Amino acid sequence: MVTHTGTWVRAAAAAVALLLLGPMTACGSDDSGVPTINFYYAQEQNLQKVVDDCNAEAAGKYRISYQVLPRGADDQRVQMVRRLAAEDSGMDVLGLDITWTQEFASADWVLEWTGANKAEAEQGTLAGPLESAEYDGKLYAAPKNTNVQLLWYRTDLVQQPPTTWDQMIQQALDLKQQGKPYQIITMGAQYEGLVVLYNTLVASAGGQILNEDGTKAVFDEGAVRGLEILQKFASAGVTHPSFTNTIEDDARLQFQNGEGAFELNWPFVYPAMQEGAPDLAAKVRWARYPGVDSGTPSKVTIGGYNLAVSKYSKHPDLAFEAALCLRNAEHQKFSAINDGVPPTIESVYFDPEMTKAYPMKDEILAELRDAANRPLTPAYQNVSTVMSATLSPPASIDPEKTAKELRGSIQDALESKGVLP
Amino acid sequence: MTAVADARRDTAPMSKEEKARLSEGKRAERRLGWLLCAPAAIVMVAVTAYPILYSVWLSLQRFDLKFPDEREFVGLTNYITVLSNDYWWTAFGVTMLITVVSVAIELVLGMGLAVVMHRTLVGRGLVRTSALIPYGIVTVVAAFSWRYAWTPGTGYLANLFTDGAPLTERASSLAIIILAEIWKTTPFMALLLLAGLALVPDDLLKAASMDGASAWQRFTKVTLPVMKPAILVALLFRTLDAFRVFDNIYVLTAGANETSSVSMLAYNNLLRGLNLGIGSTMSVLIFITVAIMAFIFVKLFGTAAPGSRDDGRR
Repeated sequence: MVTHTGTWVRAAAAAVALLLLGPMTACGSDDSGVPTINFYYAQEQNLQKVVDDCNAEAAGKYRISYQVLPRGADDQRVQMVRRLAAEDSGMDVLGLDITWTQEFASADWVLEWTGANKAEAEQGTLAGPLESAEYDGKLYAAPKNTNVQLLWYRTDLVQQPPTTWDQMIQQALDLKQQGKPYQIITMGAQYEGLVVLYNTLVASAGGQILNEDGTKAVFDEGAVRGLEILQKFASAGVTHPSFTNTIEDDARLQFQNGEGAFELNWPFVYPAMQEGAPDLAAKVRWARYPGVDSGTPSKVTIGGYNLAVSKYSKHPDLAFEAALCLRNAEHQKFSAINDGVPPTIESVYFDPEMTKAYPMKDEILAELRDAANRPLTPAYQNVSTVMSATLSPPASIDPEKTAKELRGSIQDALESKGVLP
Repeated sequence: MTAVADARRDTAPMSKEEKARLSEGKRAERRLGWLLCAPAAIVMVAVTAYPILYSVWLSLQRFDLKFPDEREFVGLTNYITVLSNDYWWTAFGVTMLITVVSVAIELVLGMGLAVVMHRTLVGRGLVRTSALIPYGIVTVVAAFSWRYAWTPGTGYLANLFTDGAPLTERASSLAIIILAEIWKTTPFMALLLLAGLALVPDDLLKAASMDGASAWQRFTKVTLPVMKPAILVALLFRTLDAFRVFDNIYVLTAGANETSSVSMLAYNNLLRGLNLGIGSTMSVLIFITVAIMAFIFVKLFGTAAPGSRDDGRR
């Protein structure tokens, strides 16, 4: 009996040892001698198809291995940051949210794009997304996809889509008086979505949050104007009751339930609506995001992902090549049609196949040609955290006072003196 | 008052005379003791003293991974920044509140549970095992169950008291965090107290009951005083543990609506903000707070290691 137990214990110990060693051996390079390019990117349903395509094109020169990052944006960033800080050579191509690019570049974790690689990454790429990949006048990433919000409205309630916020609020108030659905639905919770909303208002008002090189918090007149509009919108009685707790998917559901006349949200809401509420979807149209001054079109905040090459990559040249393949025009088109992520290469929008998958592509492209980036600074995480905390709840904004408060706390964040909540 | 004085005398070190009286054999035994402890002590120094000193060193610098070129020695500036910051004091207050409330409730419930476990005649093993289950479940897993339970739509607890979402408001979030802490660590408290209960001699209780003491009198006049060392150790362990609360908050609210604990704040500044200077400053401040608490328990209340005699010696 005793020896029996002993055998079991030993077998179990061996199994545990194997489990522990398993991942280590898997990390080693391929037996076939083909270098592996580890590609870290968020979950995207059909991205593996793109990866397979590039591997076929590479014909044994390299093999891309798609490593899926966690779902939450914070978790994605924390995983990459932790490993880069430890100089982990197991990551080659990194999928960065556009707001992380400057941070990774400043921390000296990603390689600069130069020469032919740079030329190819810039070729035909829209200016807004391209700007998000630059730091200090140099290119540090290749834009893979972008994104931009649109105004969605109910044609049975709204004849002419509003072009300014004032118009939109007025139309909503009129509908309210008539006892019809009137709400303007968008994201107002204390998180990145609120910062995106505010950034769009500031950019549309021609204002600036930081100075040109991102070293000073300015919060000029336009930024104060943005605070005024945000405050007015939040307290005019035209928002959804849970506005201050709403993130993207909540907004989609609220509008899909027929509670609103307007919705400001990313394009993913449209296919979802066609599936979840086809009757409503038939009545819904889209237009350019409303501006601040009539006659001046809005400048809308972009989202999206950039591809960068880790400084600690063992095969940087191949990594650049792989990144370029993953985001070339053909693959951007594939991802746009199959995963709904808008391309960064302008010519892709004119492809005939895009018309069916992207009925709103003209409005998206119009907004993208004139897009706004969020403040481009390595300290963006801190800036954004401070902004969302100060702007929430939007109804209690006091424009001049809030601007002054933000100027101080964001300057601290830029100088690594700020404390994150 | 006398209890405090007693405790002081109890833990006082031996006088010189006492030391001189130690026999040769006793001294050799003592030397052997030191030698046997040395490897463990050296390992402890390597894995705890080094990181602690390193974080103290980091806390004296402007060191932000985002701006590697601007690393410089700044003295105590980071301490001033943190100690004059509202977020820090809010988190400190929240942490203190969670610590005091949860440890107090745990003590009462833990004592009840310990008495039940001590007295059970039938299926003693089963009772003890089932009482310990919450402590055996990984905190993060349990915290996720709590989160889903309190989320409207998916949870069965969410609309018990209100129509809203309890985890989106400050007071209810804190209550839920405290509840999760209590649920999780009451068994641990009970286990420590059970060890103390086992120390109470049966003769003493029988004698008291012979003298006409009621059950409550026996509990407060005999059991509790005899158990005092065990209670203090349990309180010390749990207080230090509770002050470092992280996982429940991380999962339940992620610090929204001002529910961050100091550990959450340090994590956010270190890993999300990449600010090693400020983050290390917070870690050092947490360390100092915990050290002060331990000092208060040991020196003022006379908490001693479990198993040591009343006079503090082995």
